[in-house]
Amino acid sequence: MRPLSISEALREAMVQEMRSDPNVILLGEDVGRFNGAFNVSNGMLDEFGPKRVWDTPISEAGFMGMGIGAALTGLRPIIEFQYADFMFCAMDQIVNEAAKLRLMSGGQASVPIVFRAPQGATGRAAQHSQSVEAFFMHTPGLYVALPSTPYDAKGLMTRAIRMNDPVLILEHKLLYGSASPGGGKALSDSTISSIGSDVPEEQYEIPFGKADIKRAGKDVTIIATLMMIHRSLAVAADLEKEGISCEVIDPRTLVPLDEDTLLTSAKKTNRVVVVSEDISRGGVTAELSTLIMDRAFDYLDAPVVRVAADNTPIPFGPAAERHVIPQIEDIKKAVYKVLED
Amino acid sequence: MSFKRPEEISSPIVMGGYDKSFLKLLYLRMVRAREFEEQLYYLFLTTKMPGTMHQATGQEAVAVGVASALNTNDYVTSTHRGHAHCIAKDVPLNVMMAEMFAKRNGVCKGMGGSMHLCDFSRGMLGAFGIVGAGIPIATGAALTSVVKGTPQVAVSFFGDGAINEGVFHESLNMAALWKLPVVYVIENNQYALSMPNDLVSAVTDLSSRGSSYGIPGVKVDGNNVIAVYETAKKAVEKARNGGGPTILECITYRIRGHARFEPAEYRNKEEVELWEKFDPIKRFKEAALSSGDITEVELENINQQVEAEIASAVDFANSGEDVGAEDYKKFIYEIPSESEGNR
Repeated sequence: MRPLSISEALREAMVQEMRSDPNVILLGEDVGRFNGAFNVSNGMLDEFGPKRVWDTPISEAGFMGMGIGAALTGLRPIIEFQYADFMFCAMDQIVNEAAKLRLMSGGQASVPIVFRAPQGATGRAAQHSQSVEAFFMHTPGLYVALPSTPYDAKGLMTRAIRMNDPVLILEHKLLYGSASPGGGKALSDSTISSIGSDVPEEQYEIPFGKADIKRAGKDVTIIATLMMIHRSLAVAADLEKEGISCEVIDPRTLVPLDEDTLLTSAKKTNRVVVVSEDISRGGVTAELSTLIMDRAFDYLDAPVVRVAADNTPIPFGPAAERHVIPQIEDIKKAVYKVLED
Repeated sequence: MSFKRPEEISSPIVMGGYDKSFLKLLYLRMVRAREFEEQLYYLFLTTKMPGTMHQATGQEAVAVGVASALNTNDYVTSTHRGHAHCIAKDVPLNVMMAEMFAKRNGVCKGMGGSMHLCDFSRGMLGAFGIVGAGIPIATGAALTSVVKGTPQVAVSFFGDGAINEGVFHESLNMAALWKLPVVYVIENNQYALSMPNDLVSAVTDLSSRGSSYGIPGVKVDGNNVIAVYETAKKAVEKARNGGGPTILECITYRIRGHARFEPAEYRNKEEVELWEKFDPIKRFKEAALSSGDITEVELENINQQVEAEIASAVDFANSGEDVGAEDYKKFIYEIPSESEGNR
């Protein structure tokens, strides 16, 4: 075990799998010569050469479709989208082709493809900031994973590459812990905890559909993903001083969803806060709070409280972005609110 | 608005030099495709066949000419109008017919239907109901051949409507850039639903649409199965030998409406009648008889063989079990339990 950043952990998972399986290839914009816009594929072109690491033109629908064609015929492509927002250029290939082919073909087709993208608001304005998970958890046929720690990133990526269905891995730009080549200093946020930074050198898988309790507690359950895990952990540490014990749970995969772990916690604490960086309308918090109310209603001492981004494109100005995206104080307020009754 | 007249593109069908068995195979595949469509038309009229269909009646020489230049393990992507492509790639009629009836013994277990017919055991990677969607997918199959160092070529069939989709251009660029073994077949049947090409494309010489990417384009009489075969053969061999992609524009005509019984009132009757005279099967038959390569009796035997195959396919479909209400749960993910979460 040694500490890694999430980018290093993702890279190690890809590199180790590419060494052991010649069918794994990487495609995307600037993934080779430039090492990836967030440095995730650093050195991979040098190690594997241009027949395994493909620097593509700016043609998201085209290279997503090519990845699907390659996956149907025996390769296991990893596709990098430079920003999650750019996946919308490839929506037909993702939603109509990758996700539907197994069913449409009566099980003949397997689409073993991993597509990954950085998301989250980091001062880059509306077209480079969106949290997109709800679009894809709304698409049957896809798996959706959101690693919040380096340990989870390596294990989920390794598992994803070995799965025979399309997997979307959404990564948070603030969590990478590495700078873009030529992009200056690493993005960061003082609330990012070091939890899960120690990563084994050997390969390991984290199964999909297994949530992780990042912090055990008894008074309130906080369910969160990506950056919101770290903000929730900061809130939990703070509130401990006031005698409030928070359990912080990361589903790690939204599809499939570990409903049992979430419900067990809800039934234990009787009070649930759901936090996500995507918007509230039709979003992750809507889905998760419905689950809790459907299946644990009799155990709840208060309505589930949702904390999500405002229903708006992400504005540029720092004060506005901060206002739109859930902050530590928003999560703290939500915990107080769920404890009111 | 104008359509291409058959005499503008018609070329003589020259049989010379081919084995009789090969010529008979071309005829067999075309007749299978034709009779399959005719049977479906009848079944839709007279029974409760579910869903819709897009027929390739009159376009058989394109599918058969191209597919006959391929090996079984070469890859093909097809379109919403894909029955003939499957038949040309020798997908059995019985499982295709059962799929049309939404039966469990259908080639896609009744999960796909007319617009998503595929048979991976024959390199048939799918008919895609989204116009143009198969183009990058075939291009990706060609990428597999390059990465693995295998000799397979990929062919993408699509219509004149698809060339205005973005993925057509994105795929062409990458295929040319990386010299991928892929052949793009524009099956120009002259109508994208109601729209003739000159009302939707700024440049109507479709074979030239690859010129921005340095991809050579060849125009061929799409109702001349021998001409299609010979042109396709050259393009396929070039791709197989590392020469990169080719565009093949096969000019043909959509004899029926866009879908099911759509009457196609946006075009005149004379136009259709004119093209009916250039029917690819009729032309092949006349050429074969006049050259003496195949006898009338031999052709008639093939017709009868196909008639029996179609009857047996309908029986096979009728004997199949209907798709069950929850069959779909097996096909969403490889691991069925994950289809439903643990709810």
